[in-house]
Formats: sequence, structure tokens, C-alpha cells
Amino acid sequence: MTTQTLTPVQANPRRFSLSRAAAWVVVVAAIFVTLVPFWWVVRTALSTQKALLASPDSILPVGFTLMNFARVLGQVDAATAIAMGGSGQKIDFWLFTRNSFIVTIVTVVGQTFFSALAAYAFARLKFPGRDKLFNLYLAALMIPGIVTLIPNYLLIHRDLDWGNTFLGIVAPTLLMSPFAVFFLRQFFLGVNRELEEAAALDGASVFDIFWRVVLPISGPPIATLALLTFVGTWNTYFWPSLVGKDESVRVLTVALAVFKSQTPQGAPDWTGLMAATLISMIPTLGVFLIFGRRVVNSIQFTGFK
Amino acid sequence: MAQALSAPSNPNRQSWTRRWFNTEALTAWVFILPSLVGFVTFYAVPAVRGLYFSFTDWDMLKDPNFIGFDNYVAIFQDKQFWQSLSVTVYYVLLNIPAQTVLAVLLAVMMDRVVKSTLVRSVFILPWLLPAVIVGAIWAWVLNPGLGPIGSIFRSLSLTPPGFLGSPDLAMPSVAMINIWQYTGNAALLIFAGLQTVPKEVYEAGSIDGASEARMFWSITLPLLRPVLVFVLVTTVIGSFQVFDTIAVTTTGGPVGATRVILWYIFEFAFSRFQMGYATAVSVILFLILITITIIQMRVLSANSSDLA
Repeated sequence: MTTQTLTPVQANPRRFSLSRAAAWVVVVAAIFVTLVPFWWVVRTALSTQKALLASPDSILPVGFTLMNFARVLGQVDAATAIAMGGSGQKIDFWLFTRNSFIVTIVTVVGQTFFSALAAYAFARLKFPGRDKLFNLYLAALMIPGIVTLIPNYLLIHRDLDWGNTFLGIVAPTLLMSPFAVFFLRQFFLGVNRELEEAAALDGASVFDIFWRVVLPISGPPIATLALLTFVGTWNTYFWPSLVGKDESVRVLTVALAVFKSQTPQGAPDWTGLMAATLISMIPTLGVFLIFGRRVVNSIQFTGFK
Repeated sequence: MAQALSAPSNPNRQSWTRRWFNTEALTAWVFILPSLVGFVTFYAVPAVRGLYFSFTDWDMLKDPNFIGFDNYVAIFQDKQFWQSLSVTVYYVLLNIPAQTVLAVLLAVMMDRVVKSTLVRSVFILPWLLPAVIVGAIWAWVLNPGLGPIGSIFRSLSLTPPGFLGSPDLAMPSVAMINIWQYTGNAALLIFAGLQTVPKEVYEAGSIDGASEARMFWSITLPLLRPVLVFVLVTTVIGSFQVFDTIAVTTTGGPVGATRVILWYIFEFAFSRFQMGYATAVSVILFLILITITIIQMRVLSANSSDLA
């Protein structure tokens, strides 16, 4: 990386160093603004409600405690929870986290697999109406979600009676997304055919070729897509808030919004809310820490479409 | 089976039975089928159904009656519709210019000065979080009595304003929250675009004695146009559909100050169950978005790059 930075710096060192300093100031300020809210979340989640009200200006946690986490995970009895500024009702973010994982994993696996199948057919197989159908899929990319949201709600909730089931939450995104098909088709078009042709000569079926030859060499783009789908699904709020109100299927985003709207003792339960927020961030932060570079690269990649 | 992989269409005319019922075509349909079921059920049919509902008086209680353009007439006569449209446009104007300028600034710095993947990762962090979480975090950070920004005001002996609770500041606050969340993502997309600009162009400019600022205006911006168009089109479309942040911070208030178009649709559909009316508003929003996108593409002449 460092070797590339040489050129303009050496061409005119004095003028450039001044703008370099200015640039660093801007970047550091931007990093500061980006990270400060996260610190405020941590600091609040580790404080007790009473101490917080007494010293709102403290930068560090006040009345240090881990009870807020225990409280939102349902490990504390009602009386203690009320004493800490929460509601007496049982809240269980374990359950909502589990629900989020179920919805997200099923969606990522289903959507990626079925979209890859379709993308492969669009990229490699010949059949009548192929290009027309693909253009229809592309057209769906242009339709804003709100246009199909209400009809989909009626379909799931009324016609199919899948309200408050996992099936109802995942159904609209389980079998395809226009973006996923488009993204993978573009990739498959660029894959060298020779491996596939060799496998075909050995008598492999089209599905064998897809499963044993094409998918294994498509690791990076599929991982990229799966990652973007994971983040997108984990973060969705509008749809699951409509069809998954029931606690048994409630996902984290919906649970947080409900929690935020409750004011057990006249005001929102801020310490509990921030503890719950931190818990809900863990999977995303995990993905970020493990795959950070890939996420960054994948966003850059989508810019080239 | 070897020729099964030859995708380019065969010019030889075959009979329609041969074209539709050969192994390759049948395999293709099996591959496509699951996605086709999803596409037809959750994209194609709902889009058509939504359009149909918009011409009915459906309220989920009785069967829908066809009422022609009555919903559309009622929408155009509703003051609240125009207010929510203007609130939405106000939001887009607060959000997009500031966010885009900031994103370009950060992208150029990440490209020319601060070449660290770690820094890029930090900027993307807010985008990875659900808008609901971001909204909850900022509702707390902007809390006048207990948040850090209130502290700064108090330390200067000023009374902190209400931010999300004040009719004047609620929308700017929501815009600021979303700028915080999405600038990093836009900056990364623009950064990716910058990677396509050949470094020799800058070297040549530098040898000719051009300043960094001059090079930015004469080299970077023109060459960046296709990526900027992509970023602008997608962020404007997203911005017009702002919802999650508002759902968790202001719920359309105070006194309708943040009742954006999606919130307006949401209220009619899921509080009053006027599904016909609500879908008609969503069709209008769709037409607005298409119009804006076409105008943007024309004005910015999206498809031509100066780097050819």
C-alpha cells in the first residue's frame, strides 16, 4: 500500500503536506463523530438509571453495573427490574435474538441458493423467453418496496393466513431477490467455460456441473452476496413489524422498537434500551470484525455495476 | 451434453416443440422455477394487484368496489398529503446535498491521503446497523436532558433545544441521524469510483503545476460522474422512502413535522385500513420516483463517462 503513495507527495512536498494535515484533521473528526455515539451506548448500558439521572454529563459509566444486560435477557425478577427503572414485564432478548437468527439464516441460504440456480440458467442455459424473463426480473429492481408491501401484507396475512409465522416473515425474500439474480448472473457470465465443458464431456448433469464445478469456484462473489443479504435481512424492520408482531416470532429490530416505545416509569427505560441495543449489535459487529475487509470490498464492488 | 453449455442463440430455426421441450430448456426451467415462483408471487402479482387496489375503496371489511380515480382525486385534495409530500422533499433536501458533499470529501481523502482499510471500515460501521438501532441510539444521544449534546449546551450555559421533540428541529435531526448512518456507505462507493481514475492523470496534472483543488475540480469530479450518478439516484430513491428512523424516533410527530410520505401511507393502511387509498398513494410515490430518476439521468447524462 505505502509504495503507491509516493508520486504526488514527492512532486511538491511543501504544499501537499499542508493539505495532508488538513485532510487528516477532517478524517479524524469524522472518525470521532462516527464513534462517539457508540461510546455513549456503552457508557449508558453500564450505568444505573438513578446515577445516570443524577450525573447526566459524566463521560464515564456512573454507578457501574452489568445488571442492565441481565435485565433485558430476562435473568432478573420483576421487582428488581422495576427498581432499576424497567417495567415489571418479562423481556427476553434471547428469544428475539434467536428469532432474528432463524429469519436471517433461512433467508440468506434460501435466497442465495435459489437466486444462484436461476442466475446460472440465465447465464449459461438456452431456453425460449430467457432474455425477456431476465428483463422482467431487472424491472422488479426498479419498483420501490412500498408498492408491493401492502399487497404482500394482504397476501400473507389474509389470503394465506401466515401472519405471525416465520414462514410469513421470510416468504417474500426466500426464493429470490432481483438484485441477487442480477449480481450472480453477471459473475457467472464471466466464468471460464472450459471447466464446465470438461465436466460435461465426463457425463456430468447440468446440476452436477452447477453444484460441483461452478459453485466451488464462485466462493468470493457468493460470500459477498450472502454477507450483504445477511446485513440487510438482520436489519429489516418494516416487514417483520407488520407480519411478526407476536413475541414468539418477533425479531430484534421489532423488539427494540417496541421496547423504545414503552415508557414503564414515565420515560423510556434508557439503560435497558442501550443494553438491548448493544446485545443486538453483537452479531453485526462480529460479522464486521471477521469479514470487515470483505464488507468494505463488497460495497466498493456494488459501485461498479 | 457438451453443447448444452453453448448459450449464444442458435440461428437455425427449430420447431416450437423442439425449442420448448429439449433437455436443456427443461433443465433451465427447473433451475428457474423456485425464483420464478418467488418473482410472480411477491413481485409481479403484488405490483399489478397494488395498481388494481388503488382504483378501489377497499377497507379490508367488505369486498372492494371499483371507484375509478376517486382515490387519486381525494389524495390530491387532501392537505395532509401535500404537507407530507413537502415534509419529504424538505427531508431529501436536508439529507442528500450534505451527505453527498461529505461523502465525496471523505472518499477523496481516503483515496489521496488516508489509505487505511481500518479507517474505511470505521466509516462503514453505522451503515451495518439497523436503522431502528441507529434511531434508538440517537434518540438517546439527542436527549436534551441526558445526552452528550445537551451536556455541551449546558457547559456553555445554554438551554439545549428539544431536537427530536421540537417541530422545527425534528426533521433536521432525523436528516442528521441518517447522514451519520449513510455517509460512510456513499463515501465507499465513490471511493471505489475513484480507483478507476488512472493515477497517471494526477501525475500529469501535478507536473503541470495544478493544485490539489484544481485537480479535484478538473480531473476527479468529471471522471467520477457515472459513480456519482449511481450514488445520487440510489440515495435519493432511498431518501424519499425514509421510514425506520422515524418509526423509532418521532413517529411522524411532533404535530406532523416528520410525517413523511411513507408514514402517511402507513397510517392510512395500518391504522385506518384504507388499503385502496394507501396503495394509490404508493403508486403516486412510484411515479414521482420514476420521474425524478429519469430527470437525474438526463441532467447528469449518466451513461457517458469522460474516461473513454
